[in-house]
Amino acid sequence: MQAKRVTFGGTALPLALLAPQLAVTVVFFVWPAVQAVITSFQREDAFGLKTEFVGLENFRDLWADPLYLESFGTTMIFSAAVAVSALVVGLLLAVLVDRVSRGAEIYSALLIWPYAVAPALAAILWAFLLNPSIGPLTRLLRVLGIAWNYNVDGTQALILIVFASAWKQVSYNFLFFLAGLQSIPRSLLEAASIDAAGPWRQFRTIVFPLLAPTTFFLIVVNVVYAFFDTFGVVHATTGGGPGQSTTLLVYKVWKDGFIGLNLGSSSAQSVVLLVIVIALTAVQFRFLERRINY
Amino acid sequence: MVGGRLGSRLLVHAILIVGIAVMLTPIWLAFVVSTRPGSDFMTGDFPLWPGPDFVKNYRTALIDGQPGAGLQPVGHMLWNSLVMALVIAAGKIAISFISAFAIAWFRFPFRVAAFWIIFITLMLPVEVRILPTFAVTASLGLLNSYAGLTIPIIASATATFLFRQVFMTIPDELTEAARIDGAGPLRFLVDMVVPLSRTNVAALFIILFIYGWNQYLWPLLVTTEPGYETVVMGIQRLAQSASEGSPYWHLVMTTAILAMLPPIAIVLSMRKLFVRGLVETEK
Amino acid sequence: MGSVTLSNLRKVYAGGQEAVRGVSFDVADGTFCVLVGPSGCGKSTLLRMIAGLETVSSGTVAIDGRTVNDVEPADRDIAMVFQNYALYPHMRVRDNLAYGLRNRKTPKPEIETRVAEAARILGLGEMLDRYPRQLSGGQRQRVAMGRAIVRKPQVFLFDEPLSNLDAKLRVQMRVEIKRLQRSLGVTAVYVTHDQVEAMTLSDQLVVMSAGRVEQVGTAIEIYRRPMTRFVATFIGSPPMNILAGTVEPGGIVALPEGGRVTVPAAAALAPGTPVEVGIRPEEATRRAADGASLRMRVDFAEELGATRLLHGKLGGQDFIVQTQLLDQAADGDAIGLSVEPSAVHLFDPGTGHRID
Repeated sequence: MQAKRVTFGGTALPLALLAPQLAVTVVFFVWPAVQAVITSFQREDAFGLKTEFVGLENFRDLWADPLYLESFGTTMIFSAAVAVSALVVGLLLAVLVDRVSRGAEIYSALLIWPYAVAPALAAILWAFLLNPSIGPLTRLLRVLGIAWNYNVDGTQALILIVFASAWKQVSYNFLFFLAGLQSIPRSLLEAASIDAAGPWRQFRTIVFPLLAPTTFFLIVVNVVYAFFDTFGVVHATTGGGPGQSTTLLVYKVWKDGFIGLNLGSSSAQSVVLLVIVIALTAVQFRFLERRINY
Repeated sequence: MVGGRLGSRLLVHAILIVGIAVMLTPIWLAFVVSTRPGSDFMTGDFPLWPGPDFVKNYRTALIDGQPGAGLQPVGHMLWNSLVMALVIAAGKIAISFISAFAIAWFRFPFRVAAFWIIFITLMLPVEVRILPTFAVTASLGLLNSYAGLTIPIIASATATFLFRQVFMTIPDELTEAARIDGAGPLRFLVDMVVPLSRTNVAALFIILFIYGWNQYLWPLLVTTEPGYETVVMGIQRLAQSASEGSPYWHLVMTTAILAMLPPIAIVLSMRKLFVRGLVETEK
Repeated sequence: MGSVTLSNLRKVYAGGQEAVRGVSFDVADGTFCVLVGPSGCGKSTLLRMIAGLETVSSGTVAIDGRTVNDVEPADRDIAMVFQNYALYPHMRVRDNLAYGLRNRKTPKPEIETRVAEAARILGLGEMLDRYPRQLSGGQRQRVAMGRAIVRKPQVFLFDEPLSNLDAKLRVQMRVEIKRLQRSLGVTAVYVTHDQVEAMTLSDQLVVMSAGRVEQVGTAIEIYRRPMTRFVATFIGSPPMNILAGTVEPGGIVALPEGGRVTVPAAAALAPGTPVEVGIRPEEATRRAADGASLRMRVDFAEELGATRLLHGKLGGQDFIVQTQLLDQAADGDAIGLSVEPSAVHLFDPGTGHRID
């Protein structure tokens, strides 16, 4: 973190300028995180009168808890599904918009709408479309002979939240892929045309490799999004059900803490999430460093 | 590659139009529903075009509410969302701007430590420290207040690093010229750095406004009384009752349209700036 | 009023790198002083120390007799023109000029008068309401000078102000700068790596190398009597030829592969002493090859219009001769040369110092 070559003197002024940021960070970020870690090693007795240090027991309990493991598995499947579908559709749309000479502006203007929609709102829209009794898509599915009721069928509930979550992320991926495609020099594609590479071959051998940095970056961003920004999707629609089928980790940590009031377990879950964010951030930064060398 | 045969060009356009139709269907149908009486789509064919109740539904949702069904008017929720989004966007920008200024243009003790403390926020979303953050906020008496909705999430490492990056591109000679012209650090900040970063500030403002408007978990935690609910989280209770069978889907969708309107309007009216902001914040 | 006095000035960077290694000289009031030297010689650092943009490691900077080591740049009564002009991109030309005065709380009418005055002197009248990005390179250069003029400083500092201009404009602006400085009668310290700029602009020339001053004097003094081999080869274009040789009795220096040069100063040296002989390309005169004391084989000729440069080998060493347009020497010719003894410079090969 270098400073400018030309700097001003003094210590009091820069510290004063940093004070608001540091105060908020310490009070609302660092301190609570430390608390979460400490609490994850403690357990309250039944009446909430005494807390005692229990070491790793909360974590051991998590590992032994089939519901937690199931939630973990659900989150993995959910994240993979969201990331893959949002990336594939986003890339497809970007490639197509990049190919048209007329109307590209209008197409991209229409495709970025969903980005502005909050995840929870997106979930409500999709929950309506797929409402078991009156949803228009439900009726369509019924015509196709598919019985759709996400209130009963766990897989269908998971599909619902995948759709709702991926939908708005498509816009995001589209924008980044399009920017990536447009930064590929035309001369490269012209050279490939002269080398008689067909469109698909051009894409596979030239365009896609050049998009690799963008793709990798988007994978990380999409996974982070699927892990941490989807609380609203679950909370506003399925409430984690039916059964446990859509209880994502971020939903479970909230539910066990605020509804179940199980502080030790909720904190242990927080710490697990913390480890996941740190890992993802590390991956992102390793990648950032590489991108600088490009 | 550019151009191509007419047939393949038409195919590309066709796929795009279908794709866009699918992407926009949820929003379109929500709008359709928001313009019709609640009974219109309970039975029979689902309507695909707007109906006659546009004014009635939006009036009901915004001003009158549906007291019999326990539906409050959402006007105040929209107001809360607006306040929250504006304060978060402006606050994050202000706080990060001066932090980045300090980190870029000063060498002072604890500079590296300060940098790391700010950096850490990247790794601590609300979700990983949910209970203790709530506890701190509660103990400071910030529940059910605008301060509680905004201040605890107003720190921003992303904005700080973005501004620092912008500042690093300001030539050193400009700082030296300003020094010779008698400008101290604060005058330099106001007279040079702020005007030179205007576009970046505007782009970031759009992104952060949307971020603030779309907050869900944090307002859910901090508001235990209806007075401070934001529309994005408040709509969830409406939807809950509607999906349990009450005939108010048209009001839910009306509210949903109202809730997504401000961010969509901002993105569309300032698209270039928005895309720039989006790409910059992720660098 | 605006004299500059540097005493034993040093600049050591945090990493231990010594950019300026003890520099002392005076610039009298109203003098146009040019600091010249190759890149990395410390000339810019020196200028920035005068401006107050770099701290002083040891020694003193005094402006008008007042030591200013710890005085803020804004309070040193100096103005600076930067290489890239450093115009404030978001301000109109008018505000660029007025900014420093406003910060000094100069009364408004006074600011307007001064801005108008500077605009008149520099011909910026029509550009006052434009932004820097709407100006050409030469116009920006003028605005940068205008920003200095409005301040009415005791000393003008220039940091390679012409290096971003194309060759033609550079010559034109060089003349303008000189004229301006004359008419304002203000002291100027000007940094450049271009020795033509240095020669033409300076009343006082300071040649620097590796953080030290090699020589201070007028351009002509330095050209005529370079005190070191470095100065001899740095000032003058094409550069002075340097030939290694050995002293013989009677003020003669013998070159390794034949050829003798008469140098009065060599008479005082013991025969056999190794020396270096300096001859400017324009001081070597063509002679018939037969019986000439110096003979050179021409490798190739460069046509410069008014003159020609003949490149070749003399006594086994590279040599350049500047001759007239009518000279007929062709590639491969052997030519004879003669040099006035008074035009030959003698240097100690060990220290590089001049021997008189």
